Amino acid sequence: MKDEQLHAYVDGAASEEDRRAVEAAAARDPDLAARLRAYAEQNRVLHEAFDPVLNEPHSLRVPMAPAWSWSRWGGMAATLLLGVACGFFVRGWLTASASVPVIAREAVLAHAAYVPEVRHPVEVVASEESHLVAWLSKRLSTPIKAPSLVTAGYHLLGGRLLPPTHPNDPAPMALLMYENAQGRRLSLLVKRESTNTETAFRFSEDGATRVFYWIDGPLGYALAGDLPKDELQTIARLVYRQLNP
Amino acid sequence: MAGAGFSAADAERWIPRLRRYALALTGNREAADDLTQDTLERAWRKRALWQPGTDLRAWLFTVMHNVYVNGVRSSRTTESLDEQGTAAEAVRAMQAESAAEGGIVVSELRTALASLAPEQREVVLLVGLEQMSYVEAATVLEVPIGTVMSRLSRGRERLRLLLDASMRSPGGASLRRVK
Repeated sequence: MKDEQLHAYVDGAASEEDRRAVEAAAARDPDLAARLRAYAEQNRVLHEAFDPVLNEPHSLRVPMAPAWSWSRWGGMAATLLLGVACGFFVRGWLTASASVPVIAREAVLAHAAYVPEVRHPVEVVASEESHLVAWLSKRLSTPIKAPSLVTAGYHLLGGRLLPPTHPNDPAPMALLMYENAQGRRLSLLVKRESTNTETAFRFSEDGATRVFYWIDGPLGYALAGDLPKDELQTIARLVYRQLNP
Repeated sequence: MAGAGFSAADAERWIPRLRRYALALTGNREAADDLTQDTLERAWRKRALWQPGTDLRAWLFTVMHNVYVNGVRSSRTTESLDEQGTAAEAVRAMQAESAAEGGIVVSELRTALASLAPEQREVVLLVGLEQMSYVEAATVLEVPIGTVMSRLSRGRERLRLLLDASMRSPGGASLRRVK
């Protein structure tokens, strides 16, 4: 028997004819049979040893945006100019916190997970708004507010608490959800930021979901929606004004 | 993002498989996650080289193979004076880690795997763990299929001898292996 035939047999890749030939040879030769068993056992133990890792959580990602990308800096610069032009008081906008891209990603994930929910988009509904706000403030250990977006045509549906997604950032997060008359939904993620650095609006997008995010005092905000960028920015400004009357 | 034949999400679907292979290849979690992250980064930078319609998994494994081989090569050149010492250390570290993580047969396999030549280990894993065909393994490793077969043959035979020896050694798994 050739080695190739033996391995093909072990790996289930042998032709029917070879399979029978190998089995006949193994029946005559106990050493050969032991070798075949040993090889098959190797494959089995390989799976036993390493398959558990398939289901383990991990934080690996495709690094999509290299830090020096022109389009990204260009986009940021445009956002900043707009922000300044609209009269935002921008402080420390270049001291980008390392956690800012994290909040944008978290917002996209939460948006994708909860916005399609028809029956249970929120844990606490808007009719219990004062309870909702008190509860989330307590869990975030910081007073938060639910901005009113009625002038933009969106009403508050309610909110939920989200678990922290990063081991270095163990505080839970709040997610508020809004809906307009056409059933389009926006989500506003709120989390505590350790840096306390105020930033201008930043923008990122992931597929159809666009996100404006910023830090204001102890809290970071990320507004996510499947809207054109300028529409979402108008609403982000409204959120900002509501929070900073 | 223009011109990319695959999206980040397409590549991220294969992370568990890449991680499993990386762990089996390096024997160490931290090194495995570094290898996987480096692979994703390189794959994304070079994504224009992937031909749409071809197997993305095989392409990602080729990228991982190249990243791994470059790493092995650079550690060989920088540590050649101390190769014996570092190899022994690596085996001890793997033994400690594998003893903590699995049964005794699993831990022996991991130790034996660590002492294979990297090129044999790659073939044994691509075929035995990743269940690639010999042609796919040859594509991933960019070698002729005959080379895949001879590395597989030598790798499996060496594993068998190592595992047999460890079973016969005092403190080996002979008592536990009742099959």
